[in-house]
Amino acid sequence: MLIKLKSQAKKLVLAVTLGLGLTSTAFAVELTMYYPVAVGGSLTKIVDGLVGDFMKENPNIKVNAIYAGNYNDARIKALAALKSGKPAQTSVMFSIDMYELIEQGAIVAFDDVVKTADEKKWLKSFYPALMENGITQEKTWGIPFQRSTIVMYYNKDAFRAAGLDPEAPPATWDEMVSIGKKLTKKSGGNVNQWGAMIPSTGYPYWMFGALSMQNGQTLMNGDGNKTHFDAPATVEALQFWKDLGNKYGVMPSGTIEWGTLRQNFLEGKTAMMWHSTGNLTTVKKKAKFDFGVAMLPAKKRRGTPTGGGNFYIFKKSSPEERSASLKLIRFLTQPERTAEWSMKTGYLGTRADAYATPKLMEYVKDFPPAAVARDQLEFATAELSTYQTGRVRKLLDDAIQSALVGSKSPADALSAAQKQADRLLKRYR
Amino acid sequence: MNRRLSKSHIYGWLLLMPAAIFLIAFTYYPTVATLAKSFFSQGTAIKPSEFVGLENFESLLEDDIFWKIAWNNVVYAVGTIPISIALAILMAVWVNGRLPLKSIVRMSYFTPTILPMIAVANIWLFFYTPDIGLIDQVSRNFGFASHNWLGDPDTVLGCIIAITIWKEAGFFMIFYLAALQTLPPELEEAAYLEGASRWYYFRRVMFPLLMPTTLFVLINAVINSFKLVDQLFILTKGGPDNASSLLLYYIYEVAFSFLDQAYASTLTVVLLAVLALIAIGQFVFLDKRVHYR
Repeated sequence: MLIKLKSQAKKLVLAVTLGLGLTSTAFAVELTMYYPVAVGGSLTKIVDGLVGDFMKENPNIKVNAIYAGNYNDARIKALAALKSGKPAQTSVMFSIDMYELIEQGAIVAFDDVVKTADEKKWLKSFYPALMENGITQEKTWGIPFQRSTIVMYYNKDAFRAAGLDPEAPPATWDEMVSIGKKLTKKSGGNVNQWGAMIPSTGYPYWMFGALSMQNGQTLMNGDGNKTHFDAPATVEALQFWKDLGNKYGVMPSGTIEWGTLRQNFLEGKTAMMWHSTGNLTTVKKKAKFDFGVAMLPAKKRRGTPTGGGNFYIFKKSSPEERSASLKLIRFLTQPERTAEWSMKTGYLGTRADAYATPKLMEYVKDFPPAAVARDQLEFATAELSTYQTGRVRKLLDDAIQSALVGSKSPADALSAAQKQADRLLKRYR
Repeated sequence: MNRRLSKSHIYGWLLLMPAAIFLIAFTYYPTVATLAKSFFSQGTAIKPSEFVGLENFESLLEDDIFWKIAWNNVVYAVGTIPISIALAILMAVWVNGRLPLKSIVRMSYFTPTILPMIAVANIWLFFYTPDIGLIDQVSRNFGFASHNWLGDPDTVLGCIIAITIWKEAGFFMIFYLAALQTLPPELEEAAYLEGASRWYYFRRVMFPLLMPTTLFVLINAVINSFKLVDQLFILTKGGPDNASSLLLYYIYEVAFSFLDQAYASTLTVVLLAVLALIAIGQFVFLDKRVHYR
């Protein structure tokens, strides 16, 4: 019995090795690509479809597209694969992971991979705002793929009920307060409808990136080694966020949960919410009232951070693999495919010529909210991303939350965060 | 003789091997590697990892967040363990008696244990939501103002504790129920003949006889109070401002969000040491007071 098993096992091993040998000789290049899915939906099917199309066009390249969980999981898996000696050649990962990946020596700059003039031109074909999280040290490390921004969703029915013009959402901070006050409805001690909600759990630093940009202040420099947490404009922005709840009373005080905010909006508990464009499809499906999507309001200017995932190429790859990866990424970011991707997922079209395709032009005409995110790109800035990005991000998250719940003043919380961020980032300057 | 001995030795080792391999690969090696890593700095491509002695432990002492979270964990343990054990005993005594629809009541007490924590946390997230949540909707009928349960540092840890108690009490109840069914009914009859009240019987007869179960449950409860952090991923992510973060969640953050495996190892070593101390303490001090039949 044992002997029989053994001989069978031998045969199996032989067959597997032969099989592997055969498949690897059938393709000139084999690529492994990880990609994350951060929002719900059938994204995996869409990616598989796109990759399938690519292999049909390039029969000598085999692509294994592997779904790798959320952004955090994807980064961990890609870095683990790198250490294990069987790395992926290209991956979609969080755009803000760039400095971390550079520090780990994990990725190569696209400038070192592109060769022809055509390829060099392609590098410049994306929206500049989306490139900010992909460029440092004067090189391009990430190509925008699944990207989003923050927009303001508002309940037009609630605007009408309060005697407001549903086509005139607040365009400035002052209007947000005055309109918000009109929309806040109380009965006794309870609030039946809040004016606005800005989520402060999950990704507080992201929302705060919008507020500080609107006050004319970025949160960090382009080299990713200095933060501006204690700049006067940053403190002012946090004070305003806190005042919305504590002083003006248009928002609940304390922190507001990211995960349940959409439900609050859909149930009419808040007339306005700031949220990712990634929610657009769900809100469109589930809202029982007339809703609108608007750009975020301005203080000194309009502003929002971008968010989402970029393509990276890993250093541990042969020249053939790199150019095959480049081919794949260029294929996936062609205007027509970008347009299709944007329509199916709700992510931004990453380049202007995608919005010029007939498909997307038609879609935007039928569903104007899809254009708001695009138009807002003009005012967009990079998402908070530095060296030691996880730690620095948490410093800011904690500072924001401690100010919102009232355990520290905005100025104290932010200057403490800045001091600690300085300590972390000193050795990168 | 000698040959037979060595043969049976080999036989014995072979029998032990499968379990030993897995234990070494997944328990002992990682433990030792973690301990070793806690004495090295985190390496990067530019600056490789080097031996730093106790430096990681020094920065742990200066880490305010660590102390805050350690305190949270103490509150969490003290808040969950006694109440969930008391509730478990109460429920077990209750469903052990003559009761209509006994098995349905037993099952309903046990249900929270079967549900996965992530699913449970998603449900509770909507219970706690201000205004539209279940708790606020009920309390509004009694004239209370709505409260931001998870957004207020004073209430958030209490909310997490409540979920854990709700989840754990039913699990511990099963152990007590099993123990209660082994108690001979003569004891109860004798106590009643002697005129003992029910409370006296519980205090002097039933509870002492349940001590071995209590010790077992206590050890489990203590371990769980350090190990059960799934709900944080859904409910609060440790916030606001670390008010609900627990040690294991912090370790996860340091290891996989900050990618600082050296410091994560240091934290793990501390957690392991604390757990080992508690376990030893429980066995040495409590075991003497436990009455085994």
